[in-house]
Amino acid sequence: MSTATEAGPVAAPGGPFGRSVRDSLIVARRNLIRMSRIPEMMIFGLIQPIMFVVLFTYVFGGSMKIGASTSAPDYTNFLMAGIFAQTVTFATAASGAGIADDMHKGLVDRFRSLPMARGAVLTGRTLADLVQTALTVLVLALVALLVGWRVGSDGGTNAGRVLAAFGLLLLLGYAFTWIGALIGLSVRTPEAATSGGLVWLFPVTFISNAFVDTGNMTPWLRHIAEWNPFSATVQATRVLFANPGRSGSGAWPMEHPVWASLIYSVLIIAVFRTLAVRKYRSATA
Amino acid sequence: MPGAIHAEGLVKTFGDVRALDGVDLDVPEGTVLGLLGPNGAGKTTTVRCLTTLLRPDSGRAVVAGVDVLRHPDAVRRSIGLSGQFAAVDEYLTGRENLQMVGQLYQMRAKAAKARAAELLEQFHLADAADRPAKTYSGGMRRRLDLAAALVVSPPVMFMDEPTTGLDPRNRQQLWEVIRQLVSGGTTLLLTTQYLEEADHLAHDIAVVDHGRVIAQGTSDQLKARTGGERVEVVVHERDHIATAVRVLRGFGKGETAVEEHTRRLTVPVTGGAKLLAEVIRELDARGIGIDDIALRRPTLDDVFLSLTGHAAQTADQDEQSGAAQTADQDEQSGAAQTADQDEQSGKETVK
Repeated sequence: MSTATEAGPVAAPGGPFGRSVRDSLIVARRNLIRMSRIPEMMIFGLIQPIMFVVLFTYVFGGSMKIGASTSAPDYTNFLMAGIFAQTVTFATAASGAGIADDMHKGLVDRFRSLPMARGAVLTGRTLADLVQTALTVLVLALVALLVGWRVGSDGGTNAGRVLAAFGLLLLLGYAFTWIGALIGLSVRTPEAATSGGLVWLFPVTFISNAFVDTGNMTPWLRHIAEWNPFSATVQATRVLFANPGRSGSGAWPMEHPVWASLIYSVLIIAVFRTLAVRKYRSATA
Repeated sequence: MPGAIHAEGLVKTFGDVRALDGVDLDVPEGTVLGLLGPNGAGKTTTVRCLTTLLRPDSGRAVVAGVDVLRHPDAVRRSIGLSGQFAAVDEYLTGRENLQMVGQLYQMRAKAAKARAAELLEQFHLADAADRPAKTYSGGMRRRLDLAAALVVSPPVMFMDEPTTGLDPRNRQQLWEVIRQLVSGGTTLLLTTQYLEEADHLAHDIAVVDHGRVIAQGTSDQLKARTGGERVEVVVHERDHIATAVRVLRGFGKGETAVEEHTRRLTVPVTGGAKLLAEVIRELDARGIGIDDIALRRPTLDDVFLSLTGHAAQTADQDEQSGAAQTADQDEQSGAAQTADQDEQSGKETVK
């Protein structure tokens, strides 16, 4: 067999970190190509949050009390921060399923036999998922504008604060992707990763300030909801969007939601990235 | 000096299962070792340990001159792995798959692109290069998988059951590719359940069972351990079996094996074709109808059976014909194949 190419392995520039970045981008590119060839995945990923916006707005909107107001537009303005946060976290289930699928099909074996940076397969996957999540959030924002959502509905805001809100949302989504990745690496089939990746998200997103005012919960539940990392991002988003219904309790994350959201997300990334990469190294299909 | 692939006392347990129970291997540079064994014998686990995918509990392995446990990343630079499942991304095109693998071998983008084009040409995938691998046939996917393993022309290759599940034509094609590859000086460790495959491709064969290498040698050496030729007769009528056994006893060098259901008699002989002619004449003279008769040299199946006491398992159930299994379809007479596998185990030896 010909061994014609003189191009043997070439050391990547920039040392181990440069190699890690480069390999992660190669894997991210692969996952983005994949996504573009499976548009139905993206479409289903969009339908669910859009459905939530429309259903919550028109079904619950009339009977929900936000502060002193029961008007439907106020509920939509309250709701959107929660829907955005839920959307970025629900996207993680697909992430875990994708990784489980790669393991199942032997692709992870292929990657692990290559002289590439250890964390790159997972980092590449999570970065690609982040791109997809950003697109989903963008489309969702447009739909929300159509049903009457407006930033600055309850005070002043500006473009910088709105962008910061989206930044925190995407950071939360990215952090949760690592939890999804760990689940994907831990289960044996893509199917299990999909359901296993979703079940824990329901309590996390519902025991929160996303859809209802935590003030009406029993005290112990309210306590959990207010310290829930998910709630911190929702609260921060509401503050930055200047949307109504901010939780007025004295819990620290509710008082300093932007910082709380940042700290929580960075902590989640630090912990779950470490666990996921360790799991990946010993992964056996 | 140890070979390009060298393993000593590899042990790997999964819970209570001792998948590897002290595997020793040595593959001299530029040769092909066939790792032969049934499902669950430890072939894949051995490959996974040698390719850094799995850490053995104990033992030592050196691949391409590098200690596998101490410097796994350096080993990865020198090996290519082609797995049991065609590990390519089915949504990427053949070209994209190969470019990605090249880049992850730390080739620069341009070099990876050129190499991908070269491999696609070489593996007859140029026409399908820009179609997603999902649209490829099984044989094409295997070729793409193999090409991915060859991107950097690694000096040491591992192939885990490269032809499992392929039809005979695609299997032949892949064998041709593998033969070319090793003629270029690559060291290859190949696992297979197909005895014929090991016979065709490997210089040396290591028979694995229950996580151990139970025999190693060239195909001829292993066959010599099993003994010489045999005559196999399928008589037309069941009533003739007893008479036929008496006839064969006069020619045979050992016990005659009888499979009642298939009316197949097998006896070890010496004397080749001349003896076969005599057997035919004698059976004919006694009025025994013959459905099939053949002189058979021992196959690796026979070797495997005599070494392990059980038949090599083939992935394809249809190919199983009781104890006397051959991978070579041509050698199998239709009579040996009955639908009821259980009935076939009813084999007895008549003195």
